[in-house]
Amino acid sequence: MRIIKEEKIKEIVSKLCIQANTILRKDILFALKTALKKEKNKMAKKILEAIIKNAEVAKKKKLAICQDTGIPCVFVELGKDVKIIGDLKQAINEGVELGYKKGFLRNSIVKNPLLRGEPFFKPAVIHIDIVKGEKLRLTVLPKGFGCENKTQLKMFNPTASIKEIKEFIIGVVKNAGPDACPPYTVGVGIGGTADYACFLAKKALLKKINTQYSILNTGISKLEYDLLSEINKLNIGPMGLGGKVSCLAVNIETYPTHIAGLPVAVNISCHALRSATGAL
Amino acid sequence: MKKITTPLEKEEIEDLKVGDEVSLTGIIYTARDQAHKRLVEALRKKDKLPFDFKGAIIYYCGPTQTPKGRIIGSCGPTTSSRMDIFTPDLLKVGLKGMIGKGSRSETVRKAIKRYKAVYFLTYAGCGALLAEYIKGKRLVAYEDLGPEAIYAIKVKDFPLIVGVDSSGRSIYE
Repeated sequence: MRIIKEEKIKEIVSKLCIQANTILRKDILFALKTALKKEKNKMAKKILEAIIKNAEVAKKKKLAICQDTGIPCVFVELGKDVKIIGDLKQAINEGVELGYKKGFLRNSIVKNPLLRGEPFFKPAVIHIDIVKGEKLRLTVLPKGFGCENKTQLKMFNPTASIKEIKEFIIGVVKNAGPDACPPYTVGVGIGGTADYACFLAKKALLKKINTQYSILNTGISKLEYDLLSEINKLNIGPMGLGGKVSCLAVNIETYPTHIAGLPVAVNISCHALRSATGAL
Repeated sequence: MKKITTPLEKEEIEDLKVGDEVSLTGIIYTARDQAHKRLVEALRKKDKLPFDFKGAIIYYCGPTQTPKGRIIGSCGPTTSSRMDIFTPDLLKVGLKGMIGKGSRSETVRKAIKRYKAVYFLTYAGCGALLAEYIKGKRLVAYEDLGPEAIYAIKVKDFPLIVGVDSSGRSIYE
């Protein structure tokens, strides 16, 4: 049994909030640079250059990559041989508040979704998973709402074809169009229940994005590749002004489901897909 | 690259065409969802508006907190379409320009044409970069809204693209 104190959790969460919001993920930056090389459209190239420059400025000046520093979604993998002294959720929320204040990030969270009121820095949305071992692994994904607002869930019949599923996913991206800061990363959750498919779609955004799909791959990887190719034919492009790259990657997570259904959820991320992971 | 200054004049606006790249210098006002709701409520109650709307430009933006020693934090545009339901009422009282990201409704495009205004796009998701063009910031109204308060911000050579011009034509059509 390993003991971890609340204070340590607060500290690491605070650091991860600042890191995620100010230093763009390496895989995303690489994908953006790859997109810039591929792009021929003059305006699209100019916007991609601005996006890459923005990431550089943010890192150098310790500023948020985007003013929408989101709702921090915190994914916790808690080793079963860890004993926490204190309250895990409270430690995470306090860490979020500390990090958001210290990093000069934005207070975007209203306590009452209907009455609204003054915006605060917390609480985070927390997902806890119990895993083997004696480590505590934490990932912070600040999710902006320009793209979160474009999320969709569809409960398909179990006999639905892959073609219908693809049409739905592509339709969600088309609907987001120029509004949610393309080029997008598209997270897809397939299976489970309605709520779990939505969770998987969000979790899919945490996977390192693949810029070199093997076309020989079958199954999910092939579906990801096919969807990416088709979405990039939509000519949405950076800021929706046209171009070859509308989407950097499609990430799919799956889970077993019921004989009577086939839930499919799509969670879109803007080009500034931000996350940071640390462990205690 | 066309250069414009605030407040916007009729000839300046009519010269701007969809897709034009524009550089803006002057004062613009930040306002997003809750500020729009309050502005339109103020109009309905015939209350005084917190700033002069004649020829004014609204920037759909809620900045982060301001780090010590800086003028402003990260401050990019938010999704414009959420403001669509409020926009025609504001155009009616003299608003001439809006800066945001993404498309506008048909009703807004028609109102832009009717009142001879203009909708601009700016680099979406580039709040750190855009902060470099901001030279001053002053609180104007609704401080309790935090990042959604109205600020007058002074910009120099702020980069824009004409999204909907005064003939109602949209870059996304």
